[in-house]
Amino acid sequence: MNSDSIILSGKGVTKVFGFGSRKTVAVDHVDFSFRQGEVISIVGESGSGKTTLAKLLLGLESLTEGTIYFEGQQRDIRSHRQKREYWKNIQAIFQDPFSAYNMFRRIDAVLLDCIQMRGGGRLPYEQKVAMMREACSFVNLKFDELTNKYPFELSGGQQQRLMIARVFLLKPKILLADEPTSMIDACSRATILDMLMALRAEIGMTPIFITHDIGLAYYVSDTVYIMEHGRFVESGSADEVILRPKEPYTRRLLNDVPKLHEEWDLSTV
Amino acid sequence: MKQMLGQIFRSGRFRLGFGIFAAIVLTVLIYPLVINDPPLEIVSRGTFLAPGIYVSVYDSVTASTRYTLIIDEAAARRIGSRLTADDRAAMQEWLVGTEIVEEGELNLDDTAALLELWHSSFDPAVRIPGMTNADRNYYIRLTASLDGLLATEGAIVAAPNATTGELEEQGVIEQTDYVNLSEVPNFRVLPLGTDNFGRDVLTELVSATGVSLIIGLVAGIVATTIGLILGLVSGYVGGVVDDIIVFITNLFTVIPSFVLLILISFSIGQEQRGAFTVAVVIGLTSWVWTARAVRAQVISLRNRDHVSLSKLSGHSIAYILAMDILPYIASYVVMALILQISSGILAEAGLSILGLGPRTTEVPTLGLMMNWALIYQAHIFGKWWAYFPVILVIALISFSLNLMNTGLDRVFNPTLRE
Repeated sequence: MNSDSIILSGKGVTKVFGFGSRKTVAVDHVDFSFRQGEVISIVGESGSGKTTLAKLLLGLESLTEGTIYFEGQQRDIRSHRQKREYWKNIQAIFQDPFSAYNMFRRIDAVLLDCIQMRGGGRLPYEQKVAMMREACSFVNLKFDELTNKYPFELSGGQQQRLMIARVFLLKPKILLADEPTSMIDACSRATILDMLMALRAEIGMTPIFITHDIGLAYYVSDTVYIMEHGRFVESGSADEVILRPKEPYTRRLLNDVPKLHEEWDLSTV
Repeated sequence: MKQMLGQIFRSGRFRLGFGIFAAIVLTVLIYPLVINDPPLEIVSRGTFLAPGIYVSVYDSVTASTRYTLIIDEAAARRIGSRLTADDRAAMQEWLVGTEIVEEGELNLDDTAALLELWHSSFDPAVRIPGMTNADRNYYIRLTASLDGLLATEGAIVAAPNATTGELEEQGVIEQTDYVNLSEVPNFRVLPLGTDNFGRDVLTELVSATGVSLIIGLVAGIVATTIGLILGLVSGYVGGVVDDIIVFITNLFTVIPSFVLLILISFSIGQEQRGAFTVAVVIGLTSWVWTARAVRAQVISLRNRDHVSLSKLSGHSIAYILAMDILPYIASYVVMALILQISSGILAEAGLSILGLGPRTTEVPTLGLMMNWALIYQAHIFGKWWAYFPVILVIALISFSLNLMNTGLDRVFNPTLRE
């Protein structure tokens, strides 16, 4: 694996919602280049445009300006077929597992979609079941207990693990994890992160964490991008950005992290 | 699914509405199996026969067996049916007006004394102040009808002799003679009388209810389908497609749909307007609000995570609309359909009253029955059975559908639950 090759990069990436007096610039001329194999974190407050950036990277929103390059090639996803090809390479885990599933479709249907997407639609059913069982056991779920169940019958942590099982089946090159642990309890949080890291080792993908939690970013990532009002204000290796922050915004984000061994200093908030 | 049905039927409103609606539908389905008459068959001469049981007089007179029943009140009832309390009051008014008796002097319940006084003093030539010609004719008719009121002998049945031509007595029908209704071969029950053409109102009403329900269903399905498709496409695809569809929708919102309905129905022409055509026309003019509401719902759904996930799973727009959007708005669409059925039935009634409904020769509809009653002035002559049952059925259908709708609303929209 060539760790220096750029897998995803962007130049002047901009997203503007509305027009005229109601114009909101969600993402403002952002440049970035993500190296393959690295763990990347994009950190920012709510409203800083990080989720919009994630949707732009995923191709769920169209760019107002700028260009995104995937594996050195300019990304072209105008037709449905091109999008489908692109989505074989980039997948996502959403923040709220309870709203991320269609509540009218069963769990096996969700997983079968992934097999279909990887071109396994014509495989014999037994083989599909074997693949689903393997994916579920990877995330410590028992597939045989899940068939005929609906996603909303699972707990939040189980649903998020099912989401990882989805990614396991799809084997994308990039995984965008948009606040993957913010809606689940603290005990499941570490499990989910460990599974994502194990998955990274298993299929060699490049994870991009979108988070407000700078502690999480420091814990998992190699490169950190700090985002404020639609712009990257600071970026660099995790140690550099978090241990020696240059920007006041980054220092504020760091200060917001509760420290258990000392009292909170509320005067700086 | 089963759980949802259980929840729906736990709502009292829905149960009541469903009960009424099911009763109407079952009546429409079962009635023709029991009474298999063509609904537009003319069963009587003369218009607006009152509700009741009509017994063949010929069959009663020529019945093989006659029975003698001794009923004390029979004579009083017979007199009462021919000389009503209103007639007695009118007689008193005339007698007092001509100053033959003083007010309060007369005992109206003493039929014999009243009749004697009336026959000795009534003179059609005498006019009391304020008496109209119609009043005078009424008194003359009344006097004629009183003949033989107090008779105790029977009626004589006579037939002309074949050779001489003279009437010969065939038999006497005593006042105490009765026939058993089950031995009279011909009688007709008209629970709601007949209409202006002499057709059985009940049979017609049941058939009309069925036709109107089908019109409502077709109109509702057409309107909901158009509204649903336009709303889904417009809300999900967005952009120029959305702009065009919203423009068309606004255009139809501004033009009052009932005016449009009248103009379209008029231009189609009486002969081309079948019940089905009318239903489709109603559907084509009433999809606007469904389209707007569905569009709004789809816009709020299209950026949900589960839709994004479905996109990331490589599904097509058609698949996402059908599997990820439609199930989430299905409850709303069902409620919209129920309301569209109800308003379709009302629209047909409105159109038909104006004479723009389906052509009159094939099937009755609730609106057409109202139209006929209106044209033949049933409401002026007080022939309530020609229009009141129709109004009641329309009101019940509308009421039950709206009840079901609010019941469903309470189930699907938990914030409304009590």
